Amino acid sequence: MLRLEDLQIPDIEAVNLTVAPAECVGLSGESGCGKTRLLRAIADMDEHGGQVYAEDITQDQVKAHEWRRRVTLLPSESLWWFDTVGQHFRAHQKYIEALGFTTDVMNWNVSRCSSGEKQRLSVLRMLANAPRVLLLDEPTANLDDANARRVEQMVSDYLEEHRAFAIWVSHDIEQLRRVSQRQCRLSQGRLMEVGQV
Amino acid sequence: MKTEFIVLSAYDLMLASLLVLALIGLGARFGLGVSRTLTVAAIRTTVQLLLVGLVLEAVFTRARLSWILLIILVMMTVASWEILARQKRKLKGWWGFGVSAFSLFISSFMITLLALFAVIGADPWYTPQYMIPLLGMLLGNTMNGIALGMDRLVQTAWQQRAVIEQRLMLGQRDSEAIREIVRDSMRAGMIPIINAMAAAGVVSLPGMMTGQILAGSPPVEAVKYQILIMFLVTSGTGFAVITVLKLIAGRMFDARERLRFDRLLREH
Repeated sequence: MLRLEDLQIPDIEAVNLTVAPAECVGLSGESGCGKTRLLRAIADMDEHGGQVYAEDITQDQVKAHEWRRRVTLLPSESLWWFDTVGQHFRAHQKYIEALGFTTDVMNWNVSRCSSGEKQRLSVLRMLANAPRVLLLDEPTANLDDANARRVEQMVSDYLEEHRAFAIWVSHDIEQLRRVSQRQCRLSQGRLMEVGQV
Repeated sequence: MKTEFIVLSAYDLMLASLLVLALIGLGARFGLGVSRTLTVAAIRTTVQLLLVGLVLEAVFTRARLSWILLIILVMMTVASWEILARQKRKLKGWWGFGVSAFSLFISSFMITLLALFAVIGADPWYTPQYMIPLLGMLLGNTMNGIALGMDRLVQTAWQQRAVIEQRLMLGQRDSEAIREIVRDSMRAGMIPIINAMAAAGVVSLPGMMTGQILAGSPPVEAVKYQILIMFLVTSGTGFAVITVLKLIAGRMFDARERLRFDRLLREH
C-alpha cells in the first residue's frame, strides 16, 4: 500500500489517500491548486506535516535519498545536466523499445533532443531506479497522441509487472480514465474522490 | 638604521598620481563610467596606506601583543566583510559573516602562526615586522579565493536549482546533486593563485619579492621568501575555499536533503 496519512501542506486540508498495489490514482485540479505541491510532499521535497507510508516504510525511517529512490517524482519539465543521455542513467532494453527508441538513444546528445524526446527519456530515466511509487506530474504534456499512448501503456505495464503504485496528475480527464482506476480532484483546498461526493 | 634604498619624496608620488588623474580625465571624457570609482579608490588607497604606515611604525617600535592582536582582529573583520560585500546574492547576515570569518581564521591565521613558529622562527613569535605583513598577504589572497568560490557556488546553485531538485528527485544524495557545481566553484576560487604560481618569475615578478629587491635585498634571498609566501598563500586559499564550500553546500540542504535557499539567502 501507498498511504498518505493526514498529509499537511499549506492551504490544503489534511490529505488521506490509500493506493493499492498495481493501482494508479488519477489526480486533476485547476492550475495552482496544489497538485504539484502534493506530489512534492509525498516525495519529501518540501517540508510538510503528516506521514507517508510506502509499503511498510515511512518517510523518516529511511534517508531522504533512499526514500526518493522508492518514491520518485517525475516533474512536468524534464531537466538534464550531462552531455549525453547515457551519462544520466542505464535503461533496460525492453523499456527503450517500448517508448519507440533504439538502444542508440543512449549515445544521443541531450541538447539535440526535442522536448518530447526529452520527456519520454525522462520516463525511462525514472524507471531505471525501479521505483515502487511513481508520482507523475503531467508526464505527457509535451507529447503527441501516439507517444502519449506509449507512455500510458508503459506505465501501466510497469505497475502491473512490479505491483507498484502511481499517482498520475493530468488536466486531461479522458487520459485519466484510461490510465487510472480511480480519479481524485483537488479543488478549493480539498482532495475529493470523483464519483463519491 | 641605515637606508640602502632611494627614499621617495612627496614630489615623486605626486608625479605618479598625475598618471591616475590623466586616466580619470580620459575616462570622464569618453563617458566610460569609471572615473568616480577610480577617484574614490585612489583616495582610499592613499589614505589607508598612509594610516597603516603610521600604525605599523608605532607598532614596530613597541611590539605589544595586545596591539598586534587588535590589528589582527581589525584585518580579519574587514576581510570577512569584504567577502560578503562581493557576493551577488546576499547571504544571511551573521551566518555569512561567521562562515567567512571562520574560514579566514582557520586558513590565514593558522598558517601564519605555523609559518612564524615552524619556518621563520621569529623571536618573539609575534614580532610585528613578520607577523603583520605575512598575515596581510595571506588574508588578501584567501579573501579573494573565498569571495570567488562562494559567489560561484551560490550563483550557480541558484541558477541551476531546478536541475539540482531534479537530481534529488531521482534519488541522488545532496552531495552528489551538487558535486559538479562544487568542483567548478573550487576551481573558480583557486584559479587566481594557480595562475600566479605558474606565471611567477616568467611573466610577472611578484610584488613582495620586487619590493624586497627595491629595498636592497639580494634577489635570491627575496626569491626564497617569495616561494615561502606562494606556498603559504596557496595552501591557505585552498583550505579556506574547501571550508567555505563545505559549509555553504551543507547549509543549502536540510536534514531531509531538500534544497533550502531560505536558510542561506536573505532574499530568495
